[in-house]
Amino acid sequence: MSVSSLRLHVESALAGRVVSPFRFREASAPEVVPTGIAALDELTGGLPRGCLTEICGPPCSGKTSILQSALAARTQATEACALVDAQDGFDPVGAQQSGIELSRLLWVRCQRINQALRCVDLLLHGGGFGLVALDLGDIPARLARQVQLNVWFRMRRAVEDTSTVFVVLAQETNAKSCASLVLRVEKEATAWSLPTQKTERHAVHTLGCLLDGSAHSAEMVRSFLRRQKPLSIDRAKNYEPAGTGHFQLSSDQQLKEKELSETEMQTVEIFEKRRQNPG
Amino acid sequence: MAFCAIFVPDFLLQAAFRSEPALRNRPLVLLDETAPMFRVIAASEAARQLGVTAGLTKAAVAEFPGAQIRLRNREQEAAAHSALLDAAWSVSPRVENTAIGLVTMDGAGLTTLFGSYEEIGLQLQSRCLDLGLYVHVAVSENLETACIVACAHRGPTIISAGQEAQFLKPLPVDLLAPSEELAEVLRHWGITSCGALASLPVLSLSECVGQEGVRLHAIASGKGKHALILAKPAHEFEECLELDDAVEELEPLSFLLGRLLDQLCARVAARALAVRTIRLKFELQPAFEEAFDASREVLRVKQPAGTFHCLLSLPRPTQDAKLLLKLLRLRLQDKPPNAPVQKLWMRADADRPLAVQGGLFIPVAPDPDKLELTLARIASVVGENNVGSAELLDSYRPDAFRMQKFGAAGVASQKAVSVASAENSEELHKAKIGFRYFRPPLHAYVDLDEGQPARVSWKGNIGKVVHASGPWRLSGQWWEEHSWHEDAWEVELSFTGKTPLSGTYQVVFDVSQKKWFVRGCYD
Repeated sequence: MSVSSLRLHVESALAGRVVSPFRFREASAPEVVPTGIAALDELTGGLPRGCLTEICGPPCSGKTSILQSALAARTQATEACALVDAQDGFDPVGAQQSGIELSRLLWVRCQRINQALRCVDLLLHGGGFGLVALDLGDIPARLARQVQLNVWFRMRRAVEDTSTVFVVLAQETNAKSCASLVLRVEKEATAWSLPTQKTERHAVHTLGCLLDGSAHSAEMVRSFLRRQKPLSIDRAKNYEPAGTGHFQLSSDQQLKEKELSETEMQTVEIFEKRRQNPG
Repeated sequence: MAFCAIFVPDFLLQAAFRSEPALRNRPLVLLDETAPMFRVIAASEAARQLGVTAGLTKAAVAEFPGAQIRLRNREQEAAAHSALLDAAWSVSPRVENTAIGLVTMDGAGLTTLFGSYEEIGLQLQSRCLDLGLYVHVAVSENLETACIVACAHRGPTIISAGQEAQFLKPLPVDLLAPSEELAEVLRHWGITSCGALASLPVLSLSECVGQEGVRLHAIASGKGKHALILAKPAHEFEECLELDDAVEELEPLSFLLGRLLDQLCARVAARALAVRTIRLKFELQPAFEEAFDASREVLRVKQPAGTFHCLLSLPRPTQDAKLLLKLLRLRLQDKPPNAPVQKLWMRADADRPLAVQGGLFIPVAPDPDKLELTLARIASVVGENNVGSAELLDSYRPDAFRMQKFGAAGVASQKAVSVASAENSEELHKAKIGFRYFRPPLHAYVDLDEGQPARVSWKGNIGKVVHASGPWRLSGQWWEEHSWHEDAWEVELSFTGKTPLSGTYQVVFDVSQKKWFVRGCYD
């Protein structure tokens, strides 16, 4: 059988299912949406649609803040979003203050990881959501690791060729090669307005000491959009990867403090002086 | 002006066939529901061929092999008659509810929509057949003539103006429904057909039998003067099904529900409406323990049967019977009836179907029908109260919210926001530190140093307080039973060893319980 007749045979066998099976098609770059944090958008280029994105880090590393920022951006763009909360840890009050339109956010409160995986599967196959997030942030890493790889493959396949951004929050990366973008975040420092105040009397309102915010670093472990050059062994020591960024998060209290009028700020200063010098 | 009469022959049998289509080709015998002497009131063609006639007792019918005996069900008959009305309303808004199994409608102006009157008649027969009813149709300029001819001829029969008397002439006078006294008189006179009645002199007839004779004479002559009395269309549709043997499993029950939903959706679609709400009611079989009185060792008579109710509300009206069946199945899987089902009622509240046009610049949103099914499936996994969107409560209490139903219709309807403004709004909001709740809060032990937390421990982890901010005293609802009073601290904890827990937490001293809790962490 000649090559041309073989080719014709294959094309006729795949007719109606595959268009031009012998034509090379380069995968087009997916559309990206902003996370709402400029430093992260600069680092990653944004969250890709139709792909699985993993944001991992230990507790208090800032991954929830990134997710809330992305959810705020999507819901403000009038897209419907879904959050599958494996341990029921979502804070709706704080989320609304972060800019999330709660009426456009479907919140699924699970108690177990199996429930969460089942619900995510249903949501991804249902389609139509701008962003679907699976929050495994409070699930111990050893449990999240037990999720089989074919589950992540199934999810990646479900979200492929859709306009849905699929974000997974976890303490460690689990999806391996199924994830198109993997970010590892860590907390660098917490910002307080004043050093620790020692109050003699219980229940005195220490207005001077407020949680201002925190500084975080993000490392782009994997990105199909921005591939990194391989790292040589001799350069690995004391090496800060090119895919690293830093960002800051602010607390509500800091904002509230900024909103205080001058008179109120003077009152606070007088109160602090009197407390430091009681005589 | 032309009137169309739609008549259902063997209405009682057809109502039964509509509920149980498997009986159509079998010898069906309907008994009157009056106990204890159940007598035959209707028998199908196959049953008549066996020798079953009206008036036989139940015991006599039981001797015929293969005869399917059913009790008359007035609810099924009402549903069949409502379906007949729906078929008429699907063609014309001017419909009269003439009698059980007989409906009349105004055909004026319909020729521009459906073609000739014959085509209208065929259309009516086709639509009734879709709803499970085989009907006779007659069209005439005289309303009574149309009704009588429809009762007699299969049709569609088109009676031209002036030809009424000719069509009525051979028809039996019993079709005019005379009173018993008048029927007896006419029988004595040898009047058996409408033509014979019409040939009698009116004045003499009036002197002998009074005004009723005159009225029937006019009808038999094709000169009746009955005007159309319009019926008011209802937006509620009801179907019922009574079972010989109670059903316990969900699978056969969903088969029956599917049949009822098909009938309801066909009726709703005929009226160009869509289902907004489905109300399901089951009559449950009483348990044997309840039926048997152990103390007297006798079976109680007529135990009150329990009922089971189920309500399904849709955010967007639909005509999709399969979707409704899936939703009902999921609902019944979550909350199944606690006893076998022996009778089913299904009632649908209908509304106008919503037409939504997509657009290039409208953001993606889930398909409402698909979303409803997805939400129902998720609810079956996590519970109905654990899925939806959060609605904040007007309270200073921390974590004060309630769950409400998530509606993509609301999401999709907000089209006014342009893409440009949405992109701008993305730039406006600033990244804030997020908070992650521990639900329920973790019980903790806190060591205080000069009134401030110095060490916090929970679940075997001991953290040293690096920074603390507080106490933030919160209290409220002291006038109610569920009052709350707490001192909250934001603490930065440092853990020794490999524990990856170091971070900023919120610890709370519950004043009423005198206990410390870790409410959550800033993440």
